[in-house]
Amino acid sequence: MAQAQQTEHVGLARVLGPAHVWALGVGIVLVGEYMGWNFSVGKGGAYAALMACWFAGILYTCVAMIDSEVTSTVAAAGGQYTQAKHIVGPLMAFNVGLYLVFAYTMLEAANAITFGFLVDTVATMSGHSGLDQRPFIILAIMFLAWLNYRGVLATLTFNLVITAIAFTAVIVLFLATSGVVGVSPLRHAELMSGAAAMPYGWLGVLAAMHFGLWYYLGIEGTTQAAEEVRSPARSLPFGTLAGVMTLAIAATLTWYVCSGLMPWEYLGQAGVPLFDAARLSGSTFLMVFLGIGTMFATLASANGCINDASRAWFAMARDRYLPGWFGAVHPKYRTPYRSIIFLVPIALIFALGAPIDQVITFSILSGLLEYTFMPLNIILFRRKWPLETIKRGYEHPFHPLPAFALLALCGMAFFAVFLGYGTQLVAMIAFYIVVSLWFHFWRYRFVNRGAQFTMPWPKPKGY
Amino acid sequence: MDLWNYLEYAAWGASALFGLFIVLNWIKTDSTYSEEFLTSSREGELEALTEEQHHRG
Repeated sequence: MAQAQQTEHVGLARVLGPAHVWALGVGIVLVGEYMGWNFSVGKGGAYAALMACWFAGILYTCVAMIDSEVTSTVAAAGGQYTQAKHIVGPLMAFNVGLYLVFAYTMLEAANAITFGFLVDTVATMSGHSGLDQRPFIILAIMFLAWLNYRGVLATLTFNLVITAIAFTAVIVLFLATSGVVGVSPLRHAELMSGAAAMPYGWLGVLAAMHFGLWYYLGIEGTTQAAEEVRSPARSLPFGTLAGVMTLAIAATLTWYVCSGLMPWEYLGQAGVPLFDAARLSGSTFLMVFLGIGTMFATLASANGCINDASRAWFAMARDRYLPGWFGAVHPKYRTPYRSIIFLVPIALIFALGAPIDQVITFSILSGLLEYTFMPLNIILFRRKWPLETIKRGYEHPFHPLPAFALLALCGMAFFAVFLGYGTQLVAMIAFYIVVSLWFHFWRYRFVNRGAQFTMPWPKPKGY
Repeated sequence: MDLWNYLEYAAWGASALFGLFIVLNWIKTDSTYSEEFLTSSREGELEALTEEQHHRG
């Protein structure tokens, strides 16, 4: 104790490399390839799902590029919250911080629910019926919270291993079914012709966008590691951009294999489409491998979500946007331990008491609001701090084209969500308006106004 | 009682152990160190230090 207190302060540990950043981003998202994306097939058929996959791919490439540029200069926990604080202002920062915490905590809860469902599926396949899913849901959350509590290096090394295995499973399934090795069982021409090509026309393509986001939702979480990577200016852009490329490949391969094995009417409502595809391939090895991949993808996502939600909560508390008590760092493990602990019961309540589609919709909507903020963020960043004033680790090309493309695609995604979940969309926007009023009229008086801007940046242009 | 019933009990038990470790360590940490020390982390510490050294150099 005495030795530790001699240093007078304690902060998060800078121990991560680019591979951990990749594992954080891809780990959160890859579960979307294993399940969820296929509801886009139900909305508009297989072609619509492919178009949604690539449109969403463009959206997230813009997200990754914009994020990489800004984060390579803002090497602090909190990710987009910290960016908003420095570039836009306190009210935007407060909202973005909440979007982050809700998006990741809800996604963590959804992953835990899915983990329980997967264990139940395995039990049913082995002849046991009536399994109680609750202990497995709770175990997933408690184990991952414990891992996060004990240190970021072990947490994200664990994510790296299980994410790599889950990604390898997708590649192996593709190689085994595409005809590269042996005879291909895929029947694209038969399953995607005639009325099955575009069952709901172009409106179906638009509606498919809602679930097309699942292929990539969460890749922006890499920025939360900014305060814990050894070389933020290099590792964050590298890990994030490598992550979005990995996901574009995994998404396309997933679509290719699944749409060639299952008719759109079935695929559009399947619970675990990649696992189903492995079963349809007739190979026991593939079935077991993809089963393990599904479970690992689910755990990796929940693990990354705990990491990211706790960093966002911690960063907000450190600036007194929330009670400063949450801004504590564990002296031995160097983690934001009180933020990790605080979010555990919240995740448990949603995992045990809320329907999964509502939980996921809340997560997607919070994510969408966050993406809508990004174009504004990068335009203001370039205007206030032009390229020659701050050295970036990465400069994204074609500015402001990615910002406008992102804004247009967000508009399209909002409309797609409105078609299916209009009430939730309106309710959530109302919620954020209410908490904004609370922040403006009450909480802002406690904010550590002078101490929150600690980056050694020059004054903004025109200041 | 088959294997899955035992696994259910094992999952309850393991969850309780992880929870117990977290809570006990949390109490121990909070009672060992001062609040000022635990909440002493500041954003951009390393960057500010690097910048300072750069100016000195």
